[in-house]
Amino acid sequence: MTMTKMILRTEGDTHIIVTRRFAASQEAVYRAHTDPSIIQRWLLGPEGWSMPVCVNDAREGGKIRYEWVNREGAGFHLTAEYITLEPFRRIVHVERMHLPDPTPDNLVETIFEPDGDGTLMTMRMTLPDAKTRNMMLKTGMEHGMEASYVRLETII
Amino acid sequence: MQTLDTTFSALSDQTRRAILTRLAAGEATVMELAQPFAMSQPAISRHLKVLEEAGLITRRVEGAKRPCRLAPNGIAEIDQWLGILRSALETNYARLDKILAAQTKQEKEKP
Repeated sequence: MTMTKMILRTEGDTHIIVTRRFAASQEAVYRAHTDPSIIQRWLLGPEGWSMPVCVNDAREGGKIRYEWVNREGAGFHLTAEYITLEPFRRIVHVERMHLPDPTPDNLVETIFEPDGDGTLMTMRMTLPDAKTRNMMLKTGMEHGMEASYVRLETII
Repeated sequence: MQTLDTTFSALSDQTRRAILTRLAAGEATVMELAQPFAMSQPAISRHLKVLEEAGLITRRVEGAKRPCRLAPNGIAEIDQWLGILRSALETNYARLDKILAAQTKQEKEKP
């Protein structure tokens, strides 16, 4: 299989960039990000979580609502609004987590580009300010990343 | 390793999240942490105890003070926000790979 390793990096003071390659067409990867019946099968986070509520109204101004629960019934949710949709190459939306009170708005631009027989996805996040982004980075991203990569390598 | 539940319940309180935000900037004493809040030091200490038990912070003894700092290992377990982004995205994308592979296979098998 071609390289599918996820790369996560910062840019400037307020951006976080995630890149990931998928062995599927642009259209398939785009649909996997906008079709609730597909989203519900993969956007689940750690093992043991499910998404009983998945609203994704994929049109400009359309709303997103994802609710996750674990086996013990604990949960949280995310809300978002679509700003731009350009099938099958670009999505712009703004999202926040509710834990239960909302995290600062995260503006997310997702681009899908042909890459050989697959698709390269680039997700560019923009946080309101450097402080917010750095707090987010400190609370979970730097640590454990290596372990996650190792885990991913065993899957591939 | 703490469970996600312990972590989430520790993070469910606004004051505790504010304390973590402050500690992301560096070590602080109870007095320093209590300052921005309209709260007594014992009230802050109770929050610190919850955070400590959830493995999110560590405290060291320095004379009568017990300065707090973020626990690197505990913080690694925080699966809120970018935590989800980091480890869960990788898990998510591995799942998506399987779905896409199954779809591609189905399309190829179509007459």
